[in-house]
Amino acid sequence: MNTITDILATMDYGKAPEDSAIVRDWLKKNEAGFGHFINGRFTAPGETFEVLSPASNEVLGRVTQGSADDVDAAVKAARKAQPGWAALSGHERAKYLYAIARHVQQHSRFLAVLESLDNGKPIRESRDADVPLVARHFYHHAGWAELLEDELPGTAPHGVCGQIIPWNFPLLMLAWKVAPALAAGNTVVLKPAEYTPLTALAFAEIAAEVGLPKGVLNIVTGDGRTGASIVAHEGLDKIAFTGSTEVGRRIRRETAGTGKSLTLELGGKSPFVVFADADLDAAIEGVVDAIWFNAGQVCCAGARVLVAESVAKRFEELLEKRMRQLRVGDPLDKNTDMGAIVHPVQLDRIRGLVAQGVKEGAELVQGDAPEGCFFPPTIAMKVEPASTLATEEIFGPVATVTTFRTPEDAVALANNTRYGLAASIWSENVNLCLDIAAQLKAGVVWINCTNVFDAGAGFGGYRESGFGREGGREGMMAYLTHPKPKAKRPEAAPEAPVGQPGAAANGTGIDRTAKFYIGGKQARPDSGYAYPVQGGSGPVGLAGLGNRKDIRNAVEAAHKAKGWGKATGHNRAQVLYYVAENLSARATEFEARLVSFGASKSAARTEVETAIRRTFWYAAQADKFDGAVHQTKSAHVTLAMHEPLGVMGIACPTAQPLLGFVSLVLPAIAMGNAVVALPSQTHPLAATDLYQVFDTSDLPGGVVNIVAGERDALAKTLAEHDDVAGIWYFGTEEGGRMIEEASAGNLKQSWVEDGAARDWTGRDGQGRGFLHRATQIKNIWVPYGE
Amino acid sequence: MTTAELTDQPNALSNHPRNPGIPLDPAMFEGRAVNRSAAERRAATLTTRRSVKKTHQAAWLVNAIRCIDLTTLAGDDTEGRVQRLCAKARQPLAPRILDGLGIAEMGLTTGAVCVYPTMVPHAVKALRGTNIPVASVATGFPAGLMPLNLRLEEIRWTVDQGADEIDIVITREHVLKRDWAALYDEVAAMREACGQAHLKAILATGDIATLRNVYAASMVAMQAGADFIKTSTGKEGVNATLPVSLTMVRALRDYGDATGHRVGFKPAGGMKSAKDALAWQYLMKEELGNDWLQPDLFRLGASSMLGDIERQLEHHVTGRYAAAHRHSLA
Repeated sequence: MNTITDILATMDYGKAPEDSAIVRDWLKKNEAGFGHFINGRFTAPGETFEVLSPASNEVLGRVTQGSADDVDAAVKAARKAQPGWAALSGHERAKYLYAIARHVQQHSRFLAVLESLDNGKPIRESRDADVPLVARHFYHHAGWAELLEDELPGTAPHGVCGQIIPWNFPLLMLAWKVAPALAAGNTVVLKPAEYTPLTALAFAEIAAEVGLPKGVLNIVTGDGRTGASIVAHEGLDKIAFTGSTEVGRRIRRETAGTGKSLTLELGGKSPFVVFADADLDAAIEGVVDAIWFNAGQVCCAGARVLVAESVAKRFEELLEKRMRQLRVGDPLDKNTDMGAIVHPVQLDRIRGLVAQGVKEGAELVQGDAPEGCFFPPTIAMKVEPASTLATEEIFGPVATVTTFRTPEDAVALANNTRYGLAASIWSENVNLCLDIAAQLKAGVVWINCTNVFDAGAGFGGYRESGFGREGGREGMMAYLTHPKPKAKRPEAAPEAPVGQPGAAANGTGIDRTAKFYIGGKQARPDSGYAYPVQGGSGPVGLAGLGNRKDIRNAVEAAHKAKGWGKATGHNRAQVLYYVAENLSARATEFEARLVSFGASKSAARTEVETAIRRTFWYAAQADKFDGAVHQTKSAHVTLAMHEPLGVMGIACPTAQPLLGFVSLVLPAIAMGNAVVALPSQTHPLAATDLYQVFDTSDLPGGVVNIVAGERDALAKTLAEHDDVAGIWYFGTEEGGRMIEEASAGNLKQSWVEDGAARDWTGRDGQGRGFLHRATQIKNIWVPYGE
Repeated sequence: MTTAELTDQPNALSNHPRNPGIPLDPAMFEGRAVNRSAAERRAATLTTRRSVKKTHQAAWLVNAIRCIDLTTLAGDDTEGRVQRLCAKARQPLAPRILDGLGIAEMGLTTGAVCVYPTMVPHAVKALRGTNIPVASVATGFPAGLMPLNLRLEEIRWTVDQGADEIDIVITREHVLKRDWAALYDEVAAMREACGQAHLKAILATGDIATLRNVYAASMVAMQAGADFIKTSTGKEGVNATLPVSLTMVRALRDYGDATGHRVGFKPAGGMKSAKDALAWQYLMKEELGNDWLQPDLFRLGASSMLGDIERQLEHHVTGRYAAAHRHSLA
């Protein structure tokens, strides 16, 4: 028994336990095991497995291992409910989401305690971060449901969404998935992680409590096998996944060609950049929030601390001191800074990676942790970029510290990763901060703060951290679709080009050789072969037969055109207007070319005129498709910037060889991308003629590169290319499947469509949708106050 | 007596050498960034990361009492008012509460009483026979806008009347005009005028406004030999806040790391509740450690806070919520 005087001698905090009696009572009521939540009620428990509390290793309950049949039942229920749910007015859906938000708030302590028991995170975090953000997310999306028709006209829900969420923020990730899906009019089959299914089941009770129509939300528990059943289910229209990059890649491959929409929020290895003029204490508290929040089990954890060499010594000193103040232990103690690791499997993984890092030369500074499923807060010094600790996502409380010399050095180190989820920048110099924010490859950039979240801002990654955003307007876009154009007859696979001399060519003019266009120069095909291009009556010319090496060269050339993405929209617009001007000057020539391919005179004229008009339209958009300032937290400016993807591959449809090319390449370059374009395989000459237009229009070399040949083979090389950030493919169904599958390598964004689906001369041929596909949104958080 | 000679003479309540000061060194604070948003974030989580319950809470509140500078700084202060304050300082908790806490033998008092200079003789008289120091706000408190020689004379007079600690105010103009040499000279002269009495430098953080100014002024005051740095007069629009306090204790830590000298911290003004008493103690323990939870390095400048603490402690002892009218007035 502590007496007052004993405590006065030590000034210990003592224990401040959060009472868990009410939650334990709920668990006891359910000790027979939980079933799934399907069609508005819980099923009887099936084959069950234990759910453990990682901090104490006690069994909290048993949940059902979802079978393929269970998933099927859930999808059927969701399918049945979907038309009715989507048919409700936005206001009606808003009322349900609002009610959910209210009830989450009213049950907030219950949910926080349950989350901490199940996941092992400190009650401070579940109480002050997770659950309030859950409520905020439902409030925000109640608003989107209300405003859908006004704010996002012409859109429709996907239908039924399969959603698979991780164990690090179990209820929050549920909210991020469920709220926008329901707001948009989708219905949902959601699988919580097998380590942490309990708050999802409690949430199902809340959904029932507010009277959410049956079948709108279905929750199926289980492990990866259940997840695989969801991914494989043919009755789903969209898959949304948050989890590891490895599983995300598998899902990309498995959903290829199925027509399912896909968004992935994957891993990260986010840089945390501290410049010499930063408030070092602020930055150190930032590290606490970056890597010791939720024991580093955060996809956007600032795991790579990059610090200016000039302040590194003091920074490391202060950081170590601060780390030693952290209290690791019982998640339900209000004095706990860091709780348990979610599962012994994860603990082993962290230990393994850290041991490997030490073997490679890292030096560790560690705090204390109790026995059991805990890992101490850890700083790894002397970590070089090649070290395992610098490259692998540890998903634990381990920060690496590396020094840099100059801002340029910092950017190079920060971007030296496969991932691109988040970054934070610490400096009191606003010029420097924004300069670095623009250069970092990350979907979320926090300036002088870290791990700040709000439902009003988008969250999601660049590169292998996935694609799609959650939160804000951009997050709603991930759960909405524009009605897809559909072809009366799908595009047929074009005949393979044959690199042999053939029938006599038509025409009597001087022979013209269509070369490739790479890096602003005409280039001969690496293969040395050419194939005949057929016109209405026999061949009209030869086109080079491209191969892998031409693609390689074209991608390298595209990367050299770096200045284009940084040019002002006005600069790009000027070039595009000039392209239109020169295209117009040569309109008759292009019309003749199209006629030679067999087009009617009037069709040819329409195609050329539309191409000119369209070029104007994208020139006009170049300086107008801008981002937003989101309404998030007080004293924060949250900038949603549209940034180009980088280097894109574009495979054009066979029909309308000029307009198809212009309609796809122009939006991409208007937004600042550099493009490797594969023109119509059957009629590439309309596109290769264009390079003379580009040349005379001051388009910088490398911004557009053109390689003709066998579209699918070349597109596959592009899709597989690790240094291509996005690919658009307009062709056959089989080609589309192949592209989606091949894009899994670096998880590039892909857009795949039947090449015959769109009438390029009509409204389908242009629009903001193209610009959205050509950009990714970077959310930059800038807190202010002096 | 010179500053250096004073160094090794701890006063009654102090068990460490006094801060002798160092020559003015602007490199220790000029260009030092203090990010307001980050300070506010850290301040906000101080009270959510830490919590003391039951006996621990009682002990922490008792500790807060030991660190309170029980203060009256009003125009209508009288001898009787000061006597009442001193009585409360000697007996901050009702005997039944002390008994209930099992600390009747401890001799619990507040850290000091703090009064205007002319009230010092009354306080000295009222506290005779105790170890409770008398602190006084000299130097033209609260604005400090009188000639320096008069302010120094006021210090000397007040020390002569028996004050153990002098809470000085700085000339805000020196900070706002970044005239660090003038600020340094002023505080150094005051330190000399204090002699054996400890100097607590009130930085008027509500007036100097920015956290960068707070950091710089803290550092200059310490370089000039302050024994304590103190947030505010209690008369400013904004008084003690956690972000300001955080900035000051970090300056204090940086000064200690660079020089080896220990300086105390006193937040003052606006802190009224037992909850505030806990919040500031969390700040001290987390940022500086247990030594800064002792009255020789930590004071809470407050008046009504003690009443709330007494209510909480009575609740701890009896299990019933308490009423202020059942406790003696300060």
